[in-house]
Amino acid sequence: MRLELRNITKRFGAVLANDHLNIVIPSGTIHAIVGENGAGKSTAMRIAYGFYRADSGEILVNDEVREIRAPLDAIALGIGMVHQHFMLVRPMTVTENIVLGAEPGSALALDLKAAAARVRALSEEFKLAVDPDAVIEDLSVGQQQRVELLKALYRKAELLILDEPTAVLTPQEVEEFFAILRRMREQSKTVVIITHKLSEVLAISDNVTVMRDGRVVGNVKTGETDAAALARMMVGREVLLRVEKPPAKPGATALSVRGLSITGRDGARRLDNVSFEVRGGEIVGIAGVEGNGQTELIEALAGLLPESQVSGSIAFGGRDIRALDARRRREAGIAHVPEDRHRRGLLLDFSLAENTILGVHYRPPAVSGAGSVLLNEPAIRHRAELVIREFDVRPPNPALPARALSGGNQQKLIIGREFELPPLLLLISQPTRGVDIGAIEFIHRKIVALRDSGCAVLLVSAELEEVTALADRVLVLHNGRIAGEVDPAAVTHEQIGLLMTGGHA
Amino acid sequence: MTRLRELLFPLIAVLCAFAVGALVVLFIGDSPIETYRLLLGSAFSWPDGIGYTLFFATPLIFTGLAVAVALRGGLLNIGAEGQLYIAAFATAWVGITLSNLPSALLIPLCCLAGIAAGAAWAAIPGILKARFGSHEVINTIMLNFIAVALVGYLTQYHYRTAGDPIMESAPISAAAHIPRLGQFVPGLPARIPLNAAFLLALLSCWLVYVLLWKTKWGYEIRATGQNPSAAEYGGVSIRKEIVLTMAISGALAGMVGINEVMGYRYRYYDGFSDNYGFTGIAVALLGRNHPVGVIAAALLFAVLQRGGVPVDAFTQLVSKDIVLILQALVILFVAAEAMFRRGGRGPGAGGRI
Amino acid sequence: MRSILTLSLVFSTIRLATPLVWAAIGGLYSERSGVINIALEGLMLAGAFTAAATTYYTHSPWAGLGSAMLAAAFFAFLLAIVCIRFKANEVVAGTGINILFLGLPAVLSGALFLSSGSTPQLPKDELLPEVAQLSVVSLLALLLVFVTQYVLYRTPFGLRLRSVGENPEAADAAGIRVNRLRYTGVVLSGVLAGIGGAYLSIGQSSLFTRNMTAGRGFIALAALIFGKWRPIQTMLACLLFGFADALTIQMQGVAKLPSGEDVPVQFIQMIPYVVTIVVLAGFIGHSRAPGALGVPYDKES
Repeated sequence: MRLELRNITKRFGAVLANDHLNIVIPSGTIHAIVGENGAGKSTAMRIAYGFYRADSGEILVNDEVREIRAPLDAIALGIGMVHQHFMLVRPMTVTENIVLGAEPGSALALDLKAAAARVRALSEEFKLAVDPDAVIEDLSVGQQQRVELLKALYRKAELLILDEPTAVLTPQEVEEFFAILRRMREQSKTVVIITHKLSEVLAISDNVTVMRDGRVVGNVKTGETDAAALARMMVGREVLLRVEKPPAKPGATALSVRGLSITGRDGARRLDNVSFEVRGGEIVGIAGVEGNGQTELIEALAGLLPESQVSGSIAFGGRDIRALDARRRREAGIAHVPEDRHRRGLLLDFSLAENTILGVHYRPPAVSGAGSVLLNEPAIRHRAELVIREFDVRPPNPALPARALSGGNQQKLIIGREFELPPLLLLISQPTRGVDIGAIEFIHRKIVALRDSGCAVLLVSAELEEVTALADRVLVLHNGRIAGEVDPAAVTHEQIGLLMTGGHA
Repeated sequence: MTRLRELLFPLIAVLCAFAVGALVVLFIGDSPIETYRLLLGSAFSWPDGIGYTLFFATPLIFTGLAVAVALRGGLLNIGAEGQLYIAAFATAWVGITLSNLPSALLIPLCCLAGIAAGAAWAAIPGILKARFGSHEVINTIMLNFIAVALVGYLTQYHYRTAGDPIMESAPISAAAHIPRLGQFVPGLPARIPLNAAFLLALLSCWLVYVLLWKTKWGYEIRATGQNPSAAEYGGVSIRKEIVLTMAISGALAGMVGINEVMGYRYRYYDGFSDNYGFTGIAVALLGRNHPVGVIAAALLFAVLQRGGVPVDAFTQLVSKDIVLILQALVILFVAAEAMFRRGGRGPGAGGRI
Repeated sequence: MRSILTLSLVFSTIRLATPLVWAAIGGLYSERSGVINIALEGLMLAGAFTAAATTYYTHSPWAGLGSAMLAAAFFAFLLAIVCIRFKANEVVAGTGINILFLGLPAVLSGALFLSSGSTPQLPKDELLPEVAQLSVVSLLALLLVFVTQYVLYRTPFGLRLRSVGENPEAADAAGIRVNRLRYTGVVLSGVLAGIGGAYLSIGQSSLFTRNMTAGRGFIALAALIFGKWRPIQTMLACLLFGFADALTIQMQGVAKLPSGEDVPVQFIQMIPYVVTIVVLAGFIGHSRAPGALGVPYDKES
């Protein structure tokens, strides 16, 4: 199927997400759309799938202009989409999810048996190995993704849009996944893959469309380009693909974790007998596929999990801190940049100034004096201005609500706040998720500078590149256990990938 | 500019409610103009109109503040009705049982008893939520029914004067009476029950403002209401905040008893509340959960309440229950405020559950 | 003697559980679609008043029942517009509907019957008919539960309704019109709660009185939560509350304090509410609400 977006424009409030886009996707190819966060890639494809409606412009399917008003229209035309966040109903079965919206049988009786048989047949045809009767929440992320593929195939999709499909996969799973995509191309299906990982673009696609600031800045054949050229197009300037950092000078042990285990509310083991140390002046990176215990580890160290869920010992500066709550741990010098800034890190409707005191709001300088309950507004404003200046938060207005900032500026605000503590240990998760390249470089430099001032840093990131570029030592988490420790300067991504899946390096 | 617009939406909501209310009046075959003239017109005469309007506004300021504080903390307190009954009874109980004390002691004790009782009754759903995760909306509603039954029992079996056919307690000690404003304001007769509790209501508005926006405690309450996960990350104990916020809310609702028992009837009177607790929800929403807005909204509903009496008396068909309809419509229009905004998008209501 | 007492307790339980079942199953359709329906109380009142007034004028309980369904559906639709189209806080909007029906029946009965809040008494032969000492509405309630069980788990509509309440984005991506289903769910809840209300005014009693639901809408909601948003468990929860109520009535004037006095009626009245609180505190931990309950669907955010 040939898909063409012609002069597509879409605004969200003041933001121009797509600005007169023109993209042509030839039939039977794998087409990559690359660009930074916020470049408008997902918006464009969501318009093609009928999730959003374009303000102007037209969509052509096999050279005919088509109205796509809702996903239903796209599905009818043979367009399928696998979203970055899976569109699965977790308490329902694989079959129920797949037939949803296209149920077999009559309106009065749902024929799930026939559906399950078809799902099984499709699963075998494309070698997907999915059990039709499993409940979604029991499946691994990789399996869930294959359910998403089945959903599109079940509806006889001829063109499949995949939004950041590899973000949740290990390097090995990515290989398997690409094999599936190639099988689909062999059956003359068309695949559109949205990504920001240039190595994957080069590995899988036939053609590449590069987007920046809502516009198409390049259309090239994959065989005729390379990573540096694509990066230049994406960012609009030369980019440093490596973090410059002097060798670490580790000092005394700051954090010592011994035999740490965490049990979830549902009784499942999230972290299993984990032991490690972080010393002052070094960055210890945690690599691993998301959902292998990283979130729980950081929350346990920050004091955000109930004591009953945590066992083992956590020593900070030589003293056991297990009994300390989040507030006392911050007082002891543990700063925390959470993985999800909207859920944990910010009060979106509070002003920037109010956000810069979150966690220290109860003590001077945020209140007028020790024992006072009255907030000291000039001091709070002063602190906010300091953070805004030091971390280049834009727009630099402490009275704005945090909601008004871009993702990158929100992240800089949080990091600035936590650096102000000042920390002896920094717990930092996904420091650059959803942040543009300029801010990524800035944040990386700040983290390295903090390390060089003697602070201990524990870094969690789903981006393997980020962990290996920043960390001085890397621990790989798999299934709640430390699968191995590697030297980021001497290890390949394939070796780490093997550890991430439970193999041995 | 944005401030002005924020004022505009509640105003439009009120006008829409009145317009739909007029349709209801027309539907049952009466004159909307005459009804609204009676409803609004009787409130502004001196001294009776203004005196009674301010008197009616007093409990609504308390309950409006109660609901507003809870909403700021992310909780929907539908239980102000029950809290104020329990509190009013506690106030009366102290006024009856400690009748030997002098005013200087008895008045503060009566007030404190009501405030503490309201806080304690509201803390129950707070504790249930913090401890078991059961939702405060259902529990506050259930506790309303329980409160009414409980004080009904106490009145009927223990504190009623023998032979009194009315469900009311024995009178409280004269030392527990608080002054009517007629004693200080020239031209305001003492028969009008507007009393010192009105000043307490205004003071409470100021205190709530300072608490919420000028203290670390208020920061924690608002942070919990806006994003509990982030508040927890910031070292705030969510469970503690839930109980504390409910208790503050209940304490404010409990002050209704001071107006009713110490300033008006001088005894506990069963079923005295004219839906104050529920009207408080409308007051808080219309007042945008801000103390100044609460005062304005309470005045509006007080005007309507005051106007309900002549509507009952002087229209052929409309009863004073039209006021309830208007309240309900105001709640619905304020809740659906997005319809007045371009693009139909709301600001995201507080107290989302 | 003892066995008659027990049998009458069973019948009484069923009678008292009937309006709860209708309202709770109504609430189930709304909440399974993702819309909190705290307005069940008001919608029952709408049904109860409309049924009594219409039956008074038409002398037909069936016309009364039908009009109750229509009226409650209409106000449920209003609630749906406010909650779905304008994304209002669903609990607040529902409270608005509840307050509306404290006032509206009173104003209307004042104008129509010159009374302050009640409708004229209906003769016994104009009430909903009974079969074997039970109202047909009670028997239909049982049918409703099993039909709902089937609809929810064995039809495309049920699958879609559940998916919309759990994950509206996923449903949308699958080509399902999320808000249309939510409107359907809320309006259905109005129809069913309206029947529950009609049963109160033209089945169990023979007139509408002010606030005659006396919290049954909220108890129904509690039963729905207690029943984990599943039809059969919800019915069992309604029966439990109905039983508590029946016991309450039987205990009045029978239960004695150690001193020989009657147990004060207020304590007996409290039982269902206390039971609700205890039950919710004990069980909600194991009960999982539909994933998107109370969250308006806005695909562009």
